[in-house]
Amino acid sequence: MEMVSNAPTGPIEKSWETHKFGLKLVSPANKRKHNIIVVGTGLAGGSAAASLGELGYNVDCFCFQDSPRRAHSIAAQGGINAAKNYHNDGDSVYRLFYDTVKGGDFRSREANVYRLAQVSVNIIDQCVAQGVPFAREYGGLLDNRSFGGAQVSRTFYARGQTGQQLLLGAYQALERQVGLGTVKMYPRTEMLDLIVIDGRARGIVTRSLCDGKLSVHFGDAVVLATGGYGNVFYLSTNAKGSNATAIWRAYKRGALFANPCYTQIHPTCIPHSGDYQSKLTLMSESLRNDGRIWVPKKAGDKRPPASIPEHERDYYLERRYPSFGNLVPRDIASRAAKAVCDEGRGVGETGLGVYLDFSDALKRLGRHKLDERYGNLFEMYERITGENPYEVPMRIFPATHYTMGGLWVDYNLMSTVPGLFVLGEANFSDHGANRLGASALMQGLADGYFIIPYTIGNYLASTKHEKYSEDVPAAKEAVANVNIITKKLLNANGKRTVDSYHRELGKILWEYCGMSRNAAGLKKAAGMIAELREDFWRNVRVLGSNEEFNQSLEKAGRVADFFELGELMCADALHRNESCGAHFREEYQTPEGEALRDDANYSYVAAWESQGARRPASLNKEPLVFHYVKPSQRSYK
Amino acid sequence: MKLILHVWRQKNAQDRGRMVRYEVPGVNEHMSFLEMLDVLNQGLIEKGEDPIAFDHDCREGICGMCGFMIDGKAHGGFKGTTVCQLHMRHFKDGDELYLEPWRAAAFPVVKDLVVDRSAFDRIIAAGGFISVPTGSAPDGNAIPVRKQDADLAMDAAACIGCGACVAACPNAAAALFVGAKISHLAHLPQGQAERNRRALSMVRQMNREGFANCTNIGECEAACPKQIKLEVIAQSNADYIRAAFRERPETVVSGVG
Amino acid sequence: MSAATNLPLAQLRFWDTTVGKKAVMAVTGFILFCFIVGHLLGNLQIYEPPEKINHYSELLKSMPSLLWGTRIILLVSVVLHIWASFALWLLQRAARPVSYVKKVNAHSTYASRTMMWSGPIILAFVIYHLLNFTFGTVHPGGPFDEHNVYNNVVTGFQFWPSSAFYIIAMIMLCYHLYHGLWSMFQSLGYSHPVYTPWIQRGAKIAAILIAAGYISIPVSVLAGFIKPV
Repeated sequence: MEMVSNAPTGPIEKSWETHKFGLKLVSPANKRKHNIIVVGTGLAGGSAAASLGELGYNVDCFCFQDSPRRAHSIAAQGGINAAKNYHNDGDSVYRLFYDTVKGGDFRSREANVYRLAQVSVNIIDQCVAQGVPFAREYGGLLDNRSFGGAQVSRTFYARGQTGQQLLLGAYQALERQVGLGTVKMYPRTEMLDLIVIDGRARGIVTRSLCDGKLSVHFGDAVVLATGGYGNVFYLSTNAKGSNATAIWRAYKRGALFANPCYTQIHPTCIPHSGDYQSKLTLMSESLRNDGRIWVPKKAGDKRPPASIPEHERDYYLERRYPSFGNLVPRDIASRAAKAVCDEGRGVGETGLGVYLDFSDALKRLGRHKLDERYGNLFEMYERITGENPYEVPMRIFPATHYTMGGLWVDYNLMSTVPGLFVLGEANFSDHGANRLGASALMQGLADGYFIIPYTIGNYLASTKHEKYSEDVPAAKEAVANVNIITKKLLNANGKRTVDSYHRELGKILWEYCGMSRNAAGLKKAAGMIAELREDFWRNVRVLGSNEEFNQSLEKAGRVADFFELGELMCADALHRNESCGAHFREEYQTPEGEALRDDANYSYVAAWESQGARRPASLNKEPLVFHYVKPSQRSYK
Repeated sequence: MKLILHVWRQKNAQDRGRMVRYEVPGVNEHMSFLEMLDVLNQGLIEKGEDPIAFDHDCREGICGMCGFMIDGKAHGGFKGTTVCQLHMRHFKDGDELYLEPWRAAAFPVVKDLVVDRSAFDRIIAAGGFISVPTGSAPDGNAIPVRKQDADLAMDAAACIGCGACVAACPNAAAALFVGAKISHLAHLPQGQAERNRRALSMVRQMNREGFANCTNIGECEAACPKQIKLEVIAQSNADYIRAAFRERPETVVSGVG
Repeated sequence: MSAATNLPLAQLRFWDTTVGKKAVMAVTGFILFCFIVGHLLGNLQIYEPPEKINHYSELLKSMPSLLWGTRIILLVSVVLHIWASFALWLLQRAARPVSYVKKVNAHSTYASRTMMWSGPIILAFVIYHLLNFTFGTVHPGGPFDEHNVYNNVVTGFQFWPSSAFYIIAMIMLCYHLYHGLWSMFQSLGYSHPVYTPWIQRGAKIAAILIAAGYISIPVSVLAGFIKPV
């Protein structure tokens, strides 16, 4: 498979400008003749559909939720980065670019990251103009804070609900287009297959979740913005409905899947409490700005936190990383928490937790200030755990949060299937092997507002688009394929529920392909998943029929895809004989237990190509070249 | 602990629907309400019975997808809590609970506890936005916003569109939902250009969708998981009234091209 | 259903929306409230010697344009108030066709939820009250003399069922004002975190004082503090 990144060469400061100028345009009169399909209405999909509608394209937009306002971007709490340097603290586009490449552990494409840093400033302007109520200072100007591993204050926020407010901004822009008739919205509709005709993405097959009706939608281009695949772990901070089905079925139709093993584990989540647990709740990373993380020095110390004296506490992040302390990047904070828990020093009933203590901050800042900064987070914590963080230190533990891997895309965000564009978390670009805090919102909106509107025009202008009817063989074949899967699930008529399979799959992946991995474990996991997958198809129980609102059937199809994706994650993690970012192979670490990268052999994007159900995926490599930020050992000491 | 649930079961929009009694043993106090229903559903599937359909997604109280009546109270009636964030420690062994979907003509039942809230989307499409095409925005700091205004805008913008206000209102009014969006945008300088038009369009669309009037009794405010204040309704009333008196017939200006 | 942006804005008028009707109810409610206060102040002259209230009555009748002007404004207000509330009541019934098996009211006051009950009772009372004291067509307590208001009042109330109806109606009025008096501010778009609670308290006090003032009259008659002359 040929992979051309299309990344511009020449001075990086000018590369996006130059590239944009080279892109072909679609004339205003011709735009309305083009139909574009957008799947997903999160920050990336919502902003893309709204922007493309504004340009005059005909957009069909799909989401599985009951409204486009519900996509899981809404749950992001902390903030969004932008290199505005409003605080005169030395921030710049170049610094944001530098931090992101370094934070991604030198596994991302430089040109993409630079462009992301450049458009970050436009995103803030756009959102402010839309009425996103960002936090303000008394002078009326925008407030910033520093966030997760950044040494400058470049994070814009709207209380603890930044993702919600940004998404509502995009949603309102989208609804405006719906009102104007440029976008047609299909809520409660799930994409189940991609239609590829003559090697190009020309449409999708969808299922209406209300009545099970399958439909064929054609488009001159298909944009997938369907989010990440963190729910492969069953327990994650993702929404229950978040799934990989759209990108996975596109993968099976020829799109390459890049770096599936790069899954980010977020350090500050509420620990889980029992087998019934359905999801994990993230506590914003911003809490680490003022909270101090510690565990008892002695293993097995079960005393309540208040009766453990200061000198018997181990503030392990401050000890190991004196210059970044509690603000080290996510992968490092997560692994450190796992390490102390593995030593038996974890806290709480399960021993899988560490304290996040606000007593010093309370003394230093006072209750009022803390309330202002974290009030809603503290309330949320208390609602879930029944404990008041002002009285008892919070307990936190890492949980799957974000997936850096995704469908491979070139600089124009187009996958290896011409006409199939992939935005936001669903693609692999920009974050390398590890994502920095407050960057996901930035990437989603950058892709949707400021990149796809240009690059999709180039594709549309340089290709001829025939009109097809539903009788075209590729469409009939795709519909038949969906029907086969549905029938197989409904007819298995076995004994186990879909959830029980999903939970078991999640446990395997968390154990062997989670925060740290090793060759033996990954091989074992691959075998276990294959076995479980076979059992699933024989023994799953999905009640009811296709022609009704059937939540078990929806889930079953998604879990079926997660099995295959889980196997690919293990294969990817196994082949990458190095530790980088969120991918930590126990065999490859420094004597101090830090990740050991192998730039000589693994400085590439691993893009996997489906070879059908019976044969293993084949590996394609996109080499990564660093002209500006020279790879170095990440150090946060 | 063990709970007794009476749950509204309705196969689809055409079905008449009825309450069905279920016993749920082995409920743990750390479970969320939806996790308790998950456990019940797993048992139903194992017995070969149709599991109870309910909407949910983020399960952290922000997406607004979940919501039904528990014992006659939207989201269960605990302050600032959606049903996904409601934990079973608030209930005790032997409690008998009634679960019903949001009831409103504008929210037809899809199945069991799932309702169609697309009326809310159409209200937003009617005017709940600021028209600013991508790329045409001035610098974020070009227009200062008083901190107090930004905070009030944020208070109103916190609405998650779950529909609890409609469900709790004896008139099935959507005044709090509409008021929240009008108030959010009315407090920002960016929202002024379309302020009148927005109030008129949104209120009219709200009526077209079949939501009745507000009687200022405050049930919505008490039910709102984001604690949106009744004040936003006053704001939207003021904006509507002012806009209605200033409204002029739209004229077509021809010959621009 | 298509969104509203495609429709010319002026197609629907102020009155056609729920917010518009509520604003009309607030304004007409305020007019009726002013009348209720004025009427009470006039009525309280019953505690003065009989000439005072009879003279007051003559004074009003000597200014027919003012009297009829007021009556017309009141009549229009009553009609609009009732018309709006009835139209809204129909909407409310349509807005929730299937009712809850179980519904708990978490916050609202009894008074606020019973406006549609207290309203019609007050209307029925007003009709009876006009027949009883203004036109005198129904005056079971004794002979009606349109020049002796004082006696009409006393004899009217000495007929105890009349007084009982009057007292019940005034309790309903109290409930109605208890909610309506602050609600009109909300309907017209005024709400403030500091002042609104004071308006609510003021509304309650005013409602109770007004009802107490009115009720004191039949009670005084029945107790024998006020006697016919």
